[in-house]
Amino acid sequence: WELAADAVPEHSLWPLPQRVRTYPRQLQLAPSRFQLVHGAGSSAGPGCGLLQDAFRRGYYEYMFGHSRRRTRGRRPLAARAEPELFQLQVVVEAGDPGCDRHPQLTSSEAYHLTVTEPVAILKAYEVWGALRGLETFSQLVHEDDYGSFLVNESEINDFPRFAHRGILLDTARHYLPLKSILTNLDAMAFNKFNVLHWHIVDDQSFPYQSIYFPELSDKGAYSSNLIYTPTDVRLVIEYARLRGIRVIPEFDTPGHTQSWGKGQKDLLTPCYNGGQPSGSFGPVNPVWNTTYDFMTTFFKEISSVFPDEFIHLGGDEVDFSCWKSNPEVKEFMKKQGFGIDYAKLESYYVQNILDIVSSYNKGQMVWQEVFDHKAQLKPDTVVQVWMANNYAHEMSRVTGAGFTTVLSAPWYLDYISYGQDWKKYYSVEPLNFPGSEKQKKLVIGGEACLWGEFVDATNLTPRLWPRASAVGERLWSSSNVTNLEDAYKRLTNHRCRMLRRGIAAEPVFVGYCAHEAR
Amino acid sequence: AENEPSWETPCSELLVYVSTPGCDGFPSLDSKESYKLSVSKGSMLLSAETVWGALRGLETFSQLIGRDENGTYYINETEIVDFPRFPHRGLLLDTSRHYLPLRAILETLDVMAYNKFNVFHWHIVDDPSFPYESSTFPELSKQGAFNAMTHVYTASDVRTVIEHARLRGIRVIAEFDTPGHTLSWGPGAPGLLTPCYIGKAPSGVYGPINPIVNSTYQFVTSLFQEVSTVFPDFFLHLGGDEVDFTCWKSNPEIRAFMKEMGFGEDYKKLESFYIQRLLHIVSSLGKGYIVWQEVFDNNVKLRPDTIIHVWKDNSMQYMSEMANVTRAGYRALLSAPWYLNRISYGQDWIAAYKVEPLNFAGSHEQKALVMGGEACMWGEYVDVTNLTPRLWPRAGAVAERLWSNETVRDVEDAYARLAEFRCTLLGRGVQAQPLYVGYCDHEFGGV
Repeated sequence: WELAADAVPEHSLWPLPQRVRTYPRQLQLAPSRFQLVHGAGSSAGPGCGLLQDAFRRGYYEYMFGHSRRRTRGRRPLAARAEPELFQLQVVVEAGDPGCDRHPQLTSSEAYHLTVTEPVAILKAYEVWGALRGLETFSQLVHEDDYGSFLVNESEINDFPRFAHRGILLDTARHYLPLKSILTNLDAMAFNKFNVLHWHIVDDQSFPYQSIYFPELSDKGAYSSNLIYTPTDVRLVIEYARLRGIRVIPEFDTPGHTQSWGKGQKDLLTPCYNGGQPSGSFGPVNPVWNTTYDFMTTFFKEISSVFPDEFIHLGGDEVDFSCWKSNPEVKEFMKKQGFGIDYAKLESYYVQNILDIVSSYNKGQMVWQEVFDHKAQLKPDTVVQVWMANNYAHEMSRVTGAGFTTVLSAPWYLDYISYGQDWKKYYSVEPLNFPGSEKQKKLVIGGEACLWGEFVDATNLTPRLWPRASAVGERLWSSSNVTNLEDAYKRLTNHRCRMLRRGIAAEPVFVGYCAHEAR
Repeated sequence: AENEPSWETPCSELLVYVSTPGCDGFPSLDSKESYKLSVSKGSMLLSAETVWGALRGLETFSQLIGRDENGTYYINETEIVDFPRFPHRGLLLDTSRHYLPLRAILETLDVMAYNKFNVFHWHIVDDPSFPYESSTFPELSKQGAFNAMTHVYTASDVRTVIEHARLRGIRVIAEFDTPGHTLSWGPGAPGLLTPCYIGKAPSGVYGPINPIVNSTYQFVTSLFQEVSTVFPDFFLHLGGDEVDFTCWKSNPEIRAFMKEMGFGEDYKKLESFYIQRLLHIVSSLGKGYIVWQEVFDNNVKLRPDTIIHVWKDNSMQYMSEMANVTRAGYRALLSAPWYLNRISYGQDWIAAYKVEPLNFAGSHEQKALVMGGEACMWGEYVDVTNLTPRLWPRAGAVAERLWSNETVRDVEDAYARLAEFRCTLLGRGVQAQPLYVGYCDHEFGGV
């Protein structure tokens, strides 16, 4: 059954750090006296808002629970054998710690944690590693049967196996209130995820309130209150930043754009039926200059609103039937010498968008079709592999062509099924495909996707957690961490911990937590 | 404007007329739930034979009220004559695989009432835990609950559930499943479970209830005496499913007993021996019983008014089971195609909706023996974090199949109404999950 408390330290860490040594000797913490401080020699200090926030926000509440903040205590801890741990000193080593920056693909998330009396030391190159180390430290602190807080002497050396560890949320099929997104950013941080892939608009709705094109959400959102204002977007980005999470927005074109046409006339291709416009619309119209004028302005806005170096441009599932029906498009195909190969038209469109986005100094992520249909990508375009059929071969092809890739195909968490499906997500080995060492280095990570057709705020959290945790460990921990029995023990403890921290993660299997959800 | 509805004089009251008294009683299998609702200019009347019908009518009335863009509440002129197709329309919750806090059970009862479900099948104890606080045997929950202080249902909790249900016209049928599914009973009742053997020595592991010792039947009598008093419904669910014979076979005393009784190697006979005695005990306590289908399949001698609960769903065989059970003259409940714990991707409510409980080869009389059915939410992967979205609105598909006329089967129409109903549930504070893409005027606010 699920253990009531994370009794044994080795049974409580998730994801499992690269190198952990715990010792039997335990130290006691007094919630009213224990401090998280900047250590001597740290390039970060009290002016580092990000760390101050992490100290105050998480690590008192998360470590000691809600009601622990009593006034400064003078009473020594009850006569116990264990010595007291007074502080965790955080030392950031890089000259520029990164406090006011946004995390990047190349950020360092490594840390070294030494827990010994009288003070524990957390060393990290950048603040991002400090955040990861703080999370791990909070997982080491446990409560005994008498309510005392203990931590075992430990030495941890940790860094992520993959640099891109993401969750995709879809706010177009169903609107997700801000609270839901922010709660999930908390949960992501508990699991050391570092990318929020925000699939923000799609066919069904356009909740993104654009500054240059307000009609897009005015006409395209489900309703006037189901939108994300610029303030909302800034809040998400900053909330994520404080947790070391990048926000990569996806504005998927030319397909998946029905909702764009509501607020932007003449953007989508009019479909024809027997020589006449049928009244319905297809993908973005690739033959009109106005399309590219619009996209130039639109992506100028997106490039400035979203600080991450990358923008996801989509490019998946383009249905060619509407283009094929449109006489102007057919004429254009002829002029360009594309014959009847509409994939060439799609690539023509995508290449133009890639150029536009490049000109704003942003990198691009695309779904695999863009690569499959042979569009000319930039050398640093990231290809996201999502089609489940034979994805190992796709990984070979994409990396073989020299592109960095992110794996999602086996991690579509919206595909629910009965039983402990976390095991199947956990058992995926991203580098299990035919390829050279060089190729495998091009796999920068993966993303668990929670598409929104059947998901909104009523069921998002239990559907995502703790199933996504399995993906989280696969992307962070060493490739030889594969034992399911050990993972089960740690995952069930981790799930109970998420409950304590206010994340309504669903059960892994039969059992209980000492602190159930409220 | 031309097309604006003309507002008639505001309606100020709904008159509720009940012809048979019974406010203080409990609903039963025989309760009449029919009602007539008439909304016209100047008068709104709900009439029903019993209070239970009035409750159903009130729910319907509440669903007829609309609100326009100006915020004005309105109701169309309406004439409704309604009654349930099946008298037993149940929902099973499992509080053993995971403890469910009281408020989760009470909220579920509320939503059941919105859906006109009228039976709460409380699968209260099982292998993993024994949360039921017994006054006769307090050690059962003390030793068998996940946590005897926090993960238990006190007598007061149980009373609260029963009364909360009663006020909504919902019967509470408790299931104390034996002889299998009883591992959690062992620690608090030493000697109750069969000790399994490896060769000549006990292995330390226990199996189903020990059917050969008198102490078992003394225990069972006392426990069910208490349970019969605590739970007022005429019916108790006695379980009887998935009895694993391995442990019995390993035990030398049991083997000796089998020989003595001339049962040969047929352990089904031993199972029947136990169940028959259990049924006799429960009958003498003045209760009727429902059992899972194995009890029927294994040829146990049953009382003619036994209700058989059909649950096994191996490639649609359940329809032949329904035929067999009713042909043998027993009443039947259908759950096999309605295991809502078996989640899958997509709009699985449609498959539940399309089930036709009487779709088996049988006479009119046979089909009249089908009392209804139950949607089951087994708890292996379910607790309060995901119970409500997993139950609703999917269970609504089962609710309509059991209440409405058999001709009501159009999936497109059902989709439109169920999607709208889901939004209504959200408006009532129920964390019901979406059916498909879209939105509600009042989205879910909490997280």
